[in-house]
Amino acid sequence: MPELRYREALGEALREELAADGSVFLMGEDVGVFQGAFKVTKGLLEEFGERRVRDTPISENTIVGMGVGAAMAGLRPVVELMTVNFSLLALDQIVNSAAAIRYMFGGQVKVPLVIRMPGGAGHQLGPTHSHSLEALYLHVPGLLVAVPSTPADAKGLLKAAIRDDNPVVFIEHETLYGMRGEVPADAEPMRFGEAAIRRAGDDVTIVGISRMAITADRAAERLAADHRLEAEVIDPRTLRPLDLDTIVASVRKTNRAVIVEEGWPHGGVGANLAALIQEQAFDHLDAPVERVTGADVPMPYSKPLEQAAIPHEEHVVRAVLATYRDL
Amino acid sequence: MATDAVAAALPDEDTCAAVYAKMLLIRRFEERAAEMYAQAKIGGFLHLCIGEEATIVGATQALREGDYLLSTYREHGQALARGTDPNAVMAELFGRVDGCSKGRGGSMHLFDAERRFFGGYGIVGGNLPLAAGVALACDYERSDDAVLCMMGDGATNQGTFGETMNLAALWKLPVVFMVINNQFGMGTALERHSAVTDLSRKSEGFGVPGARCDGMDVLEVHASVRAALERAREQRAPQLVEAVTYRFRGHSMADPEEYRTPEEVEEWRRRDPIAVFGERVREAGLRSQQELDELDREATARVEQAVAFADASPLPELDSLYDDVYVLGDQLRGWYSVDARSPEVHRGEEERESGPVAHELAEAGAAHAERDETRARRHRRGEGSPSERDHEEGDAVAEDDDDA
Repeated sequence: MPELRYREALGEALREELAADGSVFLMGEDVGVFQGAFKVTKGLLEEFGERRVRDTPISENTIVGMGVGAAMAGLRPVVELMTVNFSLLALDQIVNSAAAIRYMFGGQVKVPLVIRMPGGAGHQLGPTHSHSLEALYLHVPGLLVAVPSTPADAKGLLKAAIRDDNPVVFIEHETLYGMRGEVPADAEPMRFGEAAIRRAGDDVTIVGISRMAITADRAAERLAADHRLEAEVIDPRTLRPLDLDTIVASVRKTNRAVIVEEGWPHGGVGANLAALIQEQAFDHLDAPVERVTGADVPMPYSKPLEQAAIPHEEHVVRAVLATYRDL
Repeated sequence: MATDAVAAALPDEDTCAAVYAKMLLIRRFEERAAEMYAQAKIGGFLHLCIGEEATIVGATQALREGDYLLSTYREHGQALARGTDPNAVMAELFGRVDGCSKGRGGSMHLFDAERRFFGGYGIVGGNLPLAAGVALACDYERSDDAVLCMMGDGATNQGTFGETMNLAALWKLPVVFMVINNQFGMGTALERHSAVTDLSRKSEGFGVPGARCDGMDVLEVHASVRAALERAREQRAPQLVEAVTYRFRGHSMADPEEYRTPEEVEEWRRRDPIAVFGERVREAGLRSQQELDELDREATARVEQAVAFADASPLPELDSLYDDVYVLGDQLRGWYSVDARSPEVHRGEEERESGPVAHELAEAGAAHAERDETRARRHRRGEGSPSERDHEEGDAVAEDDDDA
């Protein structure tokens, strides 16, 4: 199986879908001549031309809105925004248009739009370029939300997102673009709503969101080595639809759950998931559901502060041990 | 008023009658909608276009069948002019299942995919990027279709205005932006909300040439929009048309109209676009007063029928609450929507089979609608001054407070 970087896997997905379907086109700031702020769209302008790969001005709300309009009229636009923070400039079009239009017009029209954006901290980009806002988009009915953490998922989920008839917020983790991993050559699109069990175990369920699935996996190794605890690590891969069945089945087996995310604690992915788990598996829980989240602050620039603001393996190990504190 | 179009000659007599009839249909529809609002048959906000009929009919007459139209939340007239069944429009205002958006959108969110009426939108300026996107699709598919995007004067101050003008011009999209300048952004007069009050100039710096026309003259509007659509379609050059008009009624039904004088309104009413056009048609000998009166009776009867239809149309089924949030494809499964109100386990897309408890809860929620309606009817019957009666945003909140 060929090994690709996360950014190359995304680029392959775009290339394959552009080649397969004439209604697919890309637009965004610097996706063409500059080949993408993170080089995901490298080579695509040359291969597909300016009709299919469109450089836009810095006008996030209008780029997304035009994507919605084009999707309503039958195309399959893939819009790239430079960071998840910039998507806030387009929040009106994402929430009031993309997510609502099908519903508010009684199902007469669909919005097959993909909005790609990198999120997450780790590169010292400070408080306006490094946030994890997946909870914000998870909040909105009408949107699908994908948070791939491996090159294979990045490719498979992006292909699925492009073929899907719903608006998809596709959040890539900025520190993963250079990550290598095996990617099937003729990857079929993956199914949204299908979690991956990264590691099997009986003692605790750890759900890791986006890059935190990797952190959770590392924590699981430590738990096994240092504490003889076998953690089951689940990467939901998509937050809407959510594969709650896999998560709940695991919790019913392990009786403990820890949710790890980079985003803020209040109203976070973990807050939501903890509520769902206690509703579905209350009688199976031997301890309160634990959450490990990013610090409740705007992301600081300074290296030590930034690292202090995001979860690491140690935090996850601690949270898991806390679920055993009464034993 | 400075305009760049000359008074157009009258078209043939059948067209004149059709234009007159359309404007009248809109007028009578709006008047009846206001009454229905007073009876609390219509909820939420209701924005009437009375006084602006010439801008709507003049513009939509210039559209080809395949062209797209996007509008604002003041859009009952646009849907009617585009040919949407008045029954379906009134039923939507009533929130009924036979409404053109199945009762999901209400007065501000009409839609008719078949006639390419691509929506009324509740966010000021929010429809501009959508219209440019639809125009991009027309261009991408190399079709001959064009897009007409209507907005109010207030929308020209939104960020999307500049962004969209720039991109539409840059990408040479077949779209005409039409500013229906009724001279107020809600209750704020044009000269108090826009530094540049000749709105036809506001797009020019972005590369979209503008023209101005008299929005009270249906023929002048038609000539301006038709010329603009032709340039947009043939030369792939987006255009802007400003139609200067006046709304005779408040911004919405909840508007006490304290920002303008009755004399000013009266002065504009003397330029009533329907009366003025009717007089031209009569003076030209194309239709007698009797014949015009007959058209009026027909419009009134048509609206009456729409009210009866809407009244008889059922409310949407409670079990349809989760329908059409998503397109459910083969490749999708899992939890899309979660109904946290119900203790039962169910997936959002299977709400219909969600069991008796969820259904009971939905019914208990819906029962509040009945109580609400009774209260609203009392409220709108009109004791007290208009300013005490309704205040745009505070209305619903105030009612809730009363209850508590």
